[in-house]
Amino acid sequence: MRSNVVFSAKNISKYFGHGKKIVCAVDDISFDIADGEIVSIVGGSGCGKSVLAKIMLGLYSPDRGTFLYKGKPIVDTRDHWNEVQSVFQDPFGCFNQFFSIRTQLKDAFGILKNKPSKQEIEQRVDEALLAVNVKPADIEGKYPFELSGGQMQRMLLARIFALKPKVLIADEPTSMVDACVRANILDYLMKLKESLGMTIVFVTHDIGLAYYVSDRIFIMHESKIVEAGKPEDVTQHPKSEHTIRLLEDIPDINREWIKK
Amino acid sequence: MSHILEVKDLTLHYLTRFGQKIHAVTDVSFTMKQGEILGIAGESGCGKSTLVNGLMGLFIPPLYPTSGDVLVNGESLMNRTPQDIRVNVLSQKVSMIPQGAFNALNPTRKIKDIAADVMAAHSENKSGNKNEIYERLRERFDLFGMETERILNAYPIQLTAGERQRSVIGISTLLNPKVVIADEPTSALDVTTQKVVIKMIFDLLEKNIFSTMIFITHELPLLRHVAHNIAIMYAGEFVEYGTAVQVVHDPRHPYTKALMGAMLSADANQKNKKPTTIEGAPPSLAKKIEGCRFAERCPSARPECRSKGQNLRMVGERLVRCDYAE
Repeated sequence: MRSNVVFSAKNISKYFGHGKKIVCAVDDISFDIADGEIVSIVGGSGCGKSVLAKIMLGLYSPDRGTFLYKGKPIVDTRDHWNEVQSVFQDPFGCFNQFFSIRTQLKDAFGILKNKPSKQEIEQRVDEALLAVNVKPADIEGKYPFELSGGQMQRMLLARIFALKPKVLIADEPTSMVDACVRANILDYLMKLKESLGMTIVFVTHDIGLAYYVSDRIFIMHESKIVEAGKPEDVTQHPKSEHTIRLLEDIPDINREWIKK
Repeated sequence: MSHILEVKDLTLHYLTRFGQKIHAVTDVSFTMKQGEILGIAGESGCGKSTLVNGLMGLFIPPLYPTSGDVLVNGESLMNRTPQDIRVNVLSQKVSMIPQGAFNALNPTRKIKDIAADVMAAHSENKSGNKNEIYERLRERFDLFGMETERILNAYPIQLTAGERQRSVIGISTLLNPKVVIADEPTSALDVTTQKVVIKMIFDLLEKNIFSTMIFITHELPLLRHVAHNIAIMYAGEFVEYGTAVQVVHDPRHPYTKALMGAMLSADANQKNKKPTTIEGAPPSLAKKIEGCRFAERCPSARPECRSKGQNLRMVGERLVRCDYAE
């Protein structure tokens, strides 16, 4: 085991419901994620990938097994969120419609233990906005509903950029936006990673996207990790039948996909 | 009439509170034959959904038709009241599959009741026997290869995303419409479910339950497999219109090229290829635009592009709205 492990999971399971209606969302999963790595968790809807992401965020604790962040279990989520932050699918759901965007970007600092001074907050927000290619004057006094989906997704990234977390959990950050905006968002995300040296966990159902961004891919199917490996190995020489099926179902322009 | 759907120079505008006209769709014309699937692609805000409303003849303020005509089997949908459209056109001639299946289904009612409502609302015979309607529903859902009884008696929350989307497609095509418009029917689904839904759509087309389909999405690789013809839309105009193979494998308009460059795939040679982004935003349509609408963001724009409007012309056996495309 490497010494700089960020997340380490040993035989973790998570159940929902009780009695006869019990549902197993994460079933006996073990993995290690090293510092500075980009890992993608890929799977169809309902395979448990979002639950796994929430365990990493400390929103759920596993029912069985041990889950460690930097060698320690997650006890205080507030401490945890100082270092681990997330981007979600729907940017409009992540911002309060009644407050201006700048106010909310500034409010985000409230989660930090050592809250910077007012002046520094203003400065860091400005820096973050410039990092995602938005002029601070452009969003001055604007509310979330006044911006488009792509712009809002960039505001979410700006929030991450301002907080400078060590780990980022991105749960389907690009599934709401169209293809050109997706490329744009990925661009900024990679820039963010380079300047902050973050560890990123990508949760997605798009294996093409996972292939493009990640160092390692986990394929999930029915609450289990069925395959894990380098993106080249997973996409070119898949071993698990579920991975093969997932790859076949992607509409690729150079291959027969469905009979017309 | 050989054409099921005929759209002639359709122009639509929104009227704002301040009397400003926003031309969301400009001079769109195309025709569709029996059994054809037309794919429309373009980024968010390019006028796809406005075009859909126009094609249904559903002009609810602030959307107004400016000029042009939409003909379904030779019958015009323009200048009719919303009530008339609802009773005589929707679901019977033109039907729509909405984007989010979950939002389209009433969470407090069973699938069979939602479907019965749709049938009652869109047909003249409103006093139909409920059991008769359920019987027809059962027949129709049996065709889809789904567990008919379970799905009809379920509430939307009890179904998986794929089942919900398939139920919505089933309900939309109950009255055998001529034209079905699918507005991003699969963009919220994962790839496996997406394939199941697309298979069902092909199945329905083969069984002649509907005649033509307009498939709207921003995933061009998907359109390559689903559609026969593809139209690329930008700022309210068609910028390229050709067969699926032509547009996807050999794009000619700079915008289509940029769109194709932004696609990601799990292909071996894709890893080192950086997806291209189109910088900037589409132009505001509130003012009249003199030159080419894509000029500001076009990588190969020339100075004259900003002043000279471009028209659709034949390039390599398809229509392209660019004077310099080869």
